[in-house]
Amino acid sequence: MIPHVALAVISAAVLAYEVLLVRLFAIVQWHHFAFMAISIALLGFGISGTLLAIWQEWVKLHFTKIFAACAILFGVSALVSFLVAQALPFNALAVVWEPAQLLYLPIMYLLLVVPFFCGATCIGLSFVRFGDEAGRVYAFNLIGSAVGALGIIGVLFVMTVQDALKLVAILSLLSAAVISLQERWGLRSVLVTGYGILALVIWAALPDAWFALRISEYKELASVLKITGTKVLSERSGPLGLLTVVESPNVPFRYVPGLSLNAEALPPDQLGVFTDGGSMTAVTRFDGQREQLTYLNYTTDALAYQFTTRPSVLVLGAGGGRNVLQAVYHHAKHIDAVELDANMVRVVQQDYAREAGNIYSRPDVHVHLAEARGFTASSQRQWDLIQIPLLDASGGGIHGLSETYIYTAEAFSGYIERLRPGGWLSITRWLKLPPRDTLRLFATALDALRGSGVEAPENQLMLIRGLNTTTLLVKNGAITETEIARARGFAQARSFDLCYHPQISADEANRYNILETPYFFAGTKALIGTERDSFMSHYKFDVAPVTDEKPYFFNFLKWRHLPELLSIQRSGGAGLLELGSLILVGTLVQATILSALLILAPLWIRRRSLAGFGQLWRVAGYFLALGLAFLFIEIAFIQKFILFLSHPLYAVAVVLTGFLLFAGIGSGVSSSIAERIDNWHKTHPGRMPYLSAIQFSVAGIITVSLIYMLILPTVFAALLSITDTGKVLVSLLLIAPLAFFMGMPFPLGLSRVWSGAPALVPWAWGVNGCASVLSAMLATLIAMNFGFSVVIWAAAIFYACAAAVFVRPLDAS
Amino acid sequence: MAPNWSKSVMEERLYQTNDLMRDGPLDAMKHLMHRSPSFQLCLLAVLIGFVAHQRAGFAATDHWPELRAAMVQTIKGYAATLPETAGTGGISDNVLNVMSEVPRHRFVPKRVEHRAYQDRPLPIGHGQTISQPFIVALMTELLKVNRDAKVLEIGTGSGYQAAVLAGLVEAVCTIEIIPELADTATGILKDLGYDNVQTKIGDGYLGWPDCGPFDGIIVTAAAGHVPPPLIRQLKPGGRIVIPIGGVFGPQYLTLVEKTAGDELQTRQVLPVRFVPFTRGSP
Repeated sequence: MIPHVALAVISAAVLAYEVLLVRLFAIVQWHHFAFMAISIALLGFGISGTLLAIWQEWVKLHFTKIFAACAILFGVSALVSFLVAQALPFNALAVVWEPAQLLYLPIMYLLLVVPFFCGATCIGLSFVRFGDEAGRVYAFNLIGSAVGALGIIGVLFVMTVQDALKLVAILSLLSAAVISLQERWGLRSVLVTGYGILALVIWAALPDAWFALRISEYKELASVLKITGTKVLSERSGPLGLLTVVESPNVPFRYVPGLSLNAEALPPDQLGVFTDGGSMTAVTRFDGQREQLTYLNYTTDALAYQFTTRPSVLVLGAGGGRNVLQAVYHHAKHIDAVELDANMVRVVQQDYAREAGNIYSRPDVHVHLAEARGFTASSQRQWDLIQIPLLDASGGGIHGLSETYIYTAEAFSGYIERLRPGGWLSITRWLKLPPRDTLRLFATALDALRGSGVEAPENQLMLIRGLNTTTLLVKNGAITETEIARARGFAQARSFDLCYHPQISADEANRYNILETPYFFAGTKALIGTERDSFMSHYKFDVAPVTDEKPYFFNFLKWRHLPELLSIQRSGGAGLLELGSLILVGTLVQATILSALLILAPLWIRRRSLAGFGQLWRVAGYFLALGLAFLFIEIAFIQKFILFLSHPLYAVAVVLTGFLLFAGIGSGVSSSIAERIDNWHKTHPGRMPYLSAIQFSVAGIITVSLIYMLILPTVFAALLSITDTGKVLVSLLLIAPLAFFMGMPFPLGLSRVWSGAPALVPWAWGVNGCASVLSAMLATLIAMNFGFSVVIWAAAIFYACAAAVFVRPLDAS
Repeated sequence: MAPNWSKSVMEERLYQTNDLMRDGPLDAMKHLMHRSPSFQLCLLAVLIGFVAHQRAGFAATDHWPELRAAMVQTIKGYAATLPETAGTGGISDNVLNVMSEVPRHRFVPKRVEHRAYQDRPLPIGHGQTISQPFIVALMTELLKVNRDAKVLEIGTGSGYQAAVLAGLVEAVCTIEIIPELADTATGILKDLGYDNVQTKIGDGYLGWPDCGPFDGIIVTAAAGHVPPPLIRQLKPGGRIVIPIGGVFGPQYLTLVEKTAGDELQTRQVLPVRFVPFTRGSP
């Protein structure tokens, strides 16, 4: 029992570390970078499996000592590797100019492989030592991991990321302390005392300066702090991000995206609020004088207010409160402000309430802590104006990999349903040349309107463009002559260009901010006309509408135009390159090479000394298929649940926990189920064709996952409005049966290998680790190009293949 | 918790590895051997990649004029791809002549001096960069200024853009927000004898009314909007050039023109000729 508990503790530490790295890298670099580092770090699992395979007899003899040493090394290297990795001079932004920058990545990988290697060795060691009870070992491993993944999210609510990192190290010492309980009494007390002192040192005695996060100097916060007089007023740390509030008395913040050239009035003083060192939003000093806010009538997102009087307004993504102030300026009679991050609300409503003029506590303003889709689905209200402000920074293509459910066709239909007759939906994006986001939004709105039964959707849309923002308006009803006349007056007074409305003409669309080609006018015209399909297929960027099935709004790359984009990047075209997908493919290639080199090559070299080598291909095939399939399903479900649980981090934590927990239970009971199945066949000979436990579980997985593909969208739509706790419970309930079956094939296969060709157990572990490295990236790539359903189908096929490979028992000779 | 990266620390980190290569690969190898063993493998991987990249730099440092001439040729090549809206008809000889004289290598940190004429932006510390030569040429060209013009630059940075302008116009006033950058640039401009350039540390958003009004204003730091004070300080017939985009290269340039009748017109220029609407071709 002692080794099992120690295993569960170290498993928790490893998973907690993995989740923590995502947060840490999102702060010091950019989030896509975290994704790469962690995929590669999984290699540690593979490498450890290989080494265990080679030295298994020796390590079995020294189980306790090696386990303890690896647990301690995990803790120490978890701290050191990150601190060194963040100090590397890697600069993701300069990669276009200096491809050699990419050579820093292998260093990063080598650094991060160390802790994962040590942690994985503890786990793999337990399988080698207690392989005859693989189900039980696997169960402790999975349940520990589940607690770690979910626990760390909770921890991040109450402590900083740095303290959480120390906690992970201490957890690994706890694991070492548990395993030392197997030692004789004297040694045991010495060791436990030693670990205790070490834990105290890590928690309290290490200098804070070592743990200071070194934010890339190219992130907004770092450059703002270079300005004389700027200072950090406060920080709020939470699982959704680190908020830093900055004051700049000498050079005031003047954050007004898209302000017209004709604006005379300037914004009042502002405080800058940075999320993870980037994505700035501002808290504007407001003393209740409406005139101070005149500038907010000089941005493209003020257009909708020209058509409404005393509207009720919903702001989806209220942030620092800019669009709430805009609504106040325009005499809105009721304002609902929806914000996802509780810390952001606290900054505006509590910490700087006085500066912000108590806007979040006004009687006409109602703040809701919620996610946009969930809120609109659950609310019974209807509004005259739904405003979706600029929600993210204008970073160069790095968002390509993130799924966004607020801009999908299904989301649009939901928003439109919540508009009063004659109400407006207003969505603002950064202007990009040639247009990408804006045309995709336009196409999505057209689809959504058509889907809602509107016969002439082109009569309900309006698009306006300033110097660096565009605003798309969707009306619940046909746009009138009067409204067009007002829009023209608004645009003219601000030197904005109307790019689309039902009566647009070419000469109206490119009047003030002159573009070489009237991209927006031509693009929107093509999208409403008969040449829509031909336009979309010939346009150099992918601007097809996005759906919940393939919600990669920021993925504009078309592979066949990549050569052209690469060829013009130096003559001023660097900004046209959408990096997301490229980084993903690059990482996949690197990971394939590294896993072949580090996991498979050493085993291949030592193949002669491994008994049962003849069975290798079947063992490798089985565990390769399982490794790919398990993560395919897990990742597809994480993505599906993001919509339901409102945030990627919650989805990762809940889905991961659910899968690990119930797969752990499935694994724990797998051997007894196998026994029962065999007994049943013995007592009922010939009643049914022989079905092994592996085939039984695979049949369960395929059936449940295919049923879910059909019913999940309906279930989510019906339950989107229940409470957060309710959603977590429903999610776990949904995951339970699927994960239960998915927990079985691995230990069942492993015990077959154990009895048939025991020398191949570490191989199985290594190949499985290798497949896991690749499958996370492969799944995302497939989802981006073909949608989530294809990922689930592929997983079902892999499971079927695995079952087929192990139909025949392994030859014990 | 605020990042504390002094200039020297930062440059140290950025160019640590390049240093190893400066004296040639063999010396670099010896250098490496003095490092701790764990570093050796890591750095070796980097080294292999860097060597080829760096070789041009080793031999070149004595041949600045040739390197400048090559840089100007590259700019000419790109100029041929410029779109109509740039309204430039390519980059004029005036601008190219000045750029073939301004010693760009003096405006970058010593450590990257040998790369000064490469066709790329370079980091100059403080999260700032010196722009790619082609972008400097294009922005200067877009200003369309005469010999007797007075130009305001927001964001002195390295001081290179100011030096190029100084060779073309009568007076340049330039404002930098980061004191360390302003001091370094002022020193270099003075050393090189650019006495028609005035520098100051301050908030560029407010312009420099005492120095103006201006025939041209060039903003080298991307802004969320065009600062109204700058428009007020622009003479009728004058132009403002502002790049919009990331740190290491603009996505597009915005050109603001004030007509003789004080009306404003803006144009958005993609530096490259890029045709997103090719029908019928793949």
